[in-house]
Amino acid sequence: MSAAAREVILRRIRSAVEGAPEAGIERGYRGATGERGDVDLFAERVRDYKAIVHVVPRAEVAATLARITEGRVLTVPAGFPSDMYAASEGEPDGVISTCAVAVAETGTIVLDADPGQGTRAQTLIPDYHLCVVRDDQIVPNVPDAVARLDPARPLTWISGPSATSDIELNRVEGVHGPRTLEVVIVIG
Amino acid sequence: MSGVYIGMPAFPQNAAKAVQNSQLRFNLRKATHTIRGRRAAVVGELADWAELRQAGKTIKDHTLRHLDRYLIELEEKVTAAGGVVHWARDAAEANRIVARLVKDTGETEVVKVKSMATMEIGLNEALAEEGIEAFETDLAELIVQLGDDFPSHILVPAIHRNRAEIRELFLKKMAGAPKDLTDEPRALAEAARLYLRKRFLEAKVAISGANFMIAETGTLVVLESEGNGRMCLTLPKTLISVVGIEKLLPAWQDLEVFLQLLPRSSTGERMNPYTSMWTGATEGQEFHLVLLDNGRTSVLADKVGRQALRCIRCSACLNVCPVYERAGGHSYGSVYPGPIGAILTPQLRGMDTELDRSLPYASSLCGACYEVCPVAIDIPSVLVDLRAKARHPRTEKAGMAAAGWVFSRSKRLAKAQRFGGRMRRLVPKRLPGPLSGWTDTRDMPEIPAESFRDWWVREGNR
Ligand code: SF4
Repeated sequence: MSAAAREVILRRIRSAVEGAPEAGIERGYRGATGERGDVDLFAERVRDYKAIVHVVPRAEVAATLARITEGRVLTVPAGFPSDMYAASEGEPDGVISTCAVAVAETGTIVLDADPGQGTRAQTLIPDYHLCVVRDDQIVPNVPDAVARLDPARPLTWISGPSATSDIELNRVEGVHGPRTLEVVIVIG
Repeated sequence: MSGVYIGMPAFPQNAAKAVQNSQLRFNLRKATHTIRGRRAAVVGELADWAELRQAGKTIKDHTLRHLDRYLIELEEKVTAAGGVVHWARDAAEANRIVARLVKDTGETEVVKVKSMATMEIGLNEALAEEGIEAFETDLAELIVQLGDDFPSHILVPAIHRNRAEIRELFLKKMAGAPKDLTDEPRALAEAARLYLRKRFLEAKVAISGANFMIAETGTLVVLESEGNGRMCLTLPKTLISVVGIEKLLPAWQDLEVFLQLLPRSSTGERMNPYTSMWTGATEGQEFHLVLLDNGRTSVLADKVGRQALRCIRCSACLNVCPVYERAGGHSYGSVYPGPIGAILTPQLRGMDTELDRSLPYASSLCGACYEVCPVAIDIPSVLVDLRAKARHPRTEKAGMAAAGWVFSRSKRLAKAQRFGGRMRRLVPKRLPGPLSGWTDTRDMPEIPAESFRDWWVREGNR
């Protein structure tokens, strides 16, 4: 049945576009720059989404992570740098991860399931997500991010905590995803 | 399109009813104006918006021109990545395929992410007939489903409900809702979070749509805000995505255009909270893709109307439409409300009913929808073209031919609108003929004092 449907649909398409003019693609917009993204702009744009942002030198990362996660038990995905944060005992109430790429212009973090980032479910189900972004992972704009990513991997683009505006258009942080997003940007 | 909304009265009667509902009008006005402002701000941030819009338009046109080739490429790539591709000529066939896939898993419950394609084909109803219960998981869709009514806005489907109504609905219909539930949006969202969490964790089958499909890589893309999309796409063992054949983009790189156009046009954000992309069967899941025609190929055959297939469902055109603001989404009697619905619905369904024939008249042809459309769909031109095709009295036809002449040149349009602006006090509140149905209420969209184009030029708004 599906084979017949396939043929019918393809035939319908061919007869529908028959004789239609060729349509070229115009790409006059700003493309990928290949440059590094601006750390301050990224931090500002992530804060705009009501996420918590810290910018810290490499030498202070472990201390910062220890301080801001005090009293929390976080899931630590395999491959997360152990010199930054070590798993502790107990029932986890959040998750810590690295990321693949970050976009300065839109304040977006992209996860691609590489070591250190866990599975998609691991960064989704907890109510708290702490993400560590290295400054060399920040790109200026969306075209740069698309160019850097591998579509064969499952990708999750995250721009602030989960939100809804479905009730009288009031923005409420957090429906199903983590209601708190905290980002540590590592410089140097 | 299937007869999901059969039995609904025509647009004029619906609109007349809707304009009398002051809650609806208040909500709609607040919502559309809020989003409109946000959109203008984030669109203004991008110096290359015009170029992105041109790229969006030409990428879509190019894809549609070679849709057969790109669909075959998509099928190859999805299959190579472990997914299974199904083709559905119409709503009934798509529903049959999905019902069979669900039955094959042995499950009787599925979770759903908001999807206009599955609304269009009436999937939930079709599954119910097969003994399968579908749970909507978007907050707004949940509100709509619990209230047993129809969505009224693409983006904010429950825009016609206020918080007190939502609270009552939750208390009445949502098992386990706390007795002391307040009408604070935060408390309502929390109640929905708890109610749905259990479902997500237990669900074995999920059904989604997709915003984009990439032919080159076989990747599907879903943009969302709440995280219910991620839940559905990630947790269940089996994922079934029902996607219109026009949602295709040729290359991975094309996403760089649409990931800028869509969030900014839609929710007025630089980026929506979550976007998921996956290629084939992912992280141990079973993946089925159902490619849906259901009238799209007949839209494609229409030289003027085919541009409606560029639509990325951002809803920017709804938010600027003076007719939509007054009439509300339900008046359009279709999943696709507002200006885009006025051109898409009659083309998808054919103009056999009074409702569908009346839709192309649900516009004052002010052109605001065209100006904000991120893929430059010339909605006024398509409306005028459809009016010429819809059956109606001869006099009407003559009037519309004149309108067609006006719209064929933008300078003439600007002049005519300015003239209309000056003349507006002389325009009767009641229109003769088929339009009188909805000028009976005093809410006939008035000709603005200033034409949209003049305002546009003055405000420097995008
Ligand atoms: S017609 Fe254009 S503005 Fe309207 S929903 Fe579609 S893409 Fe958006």
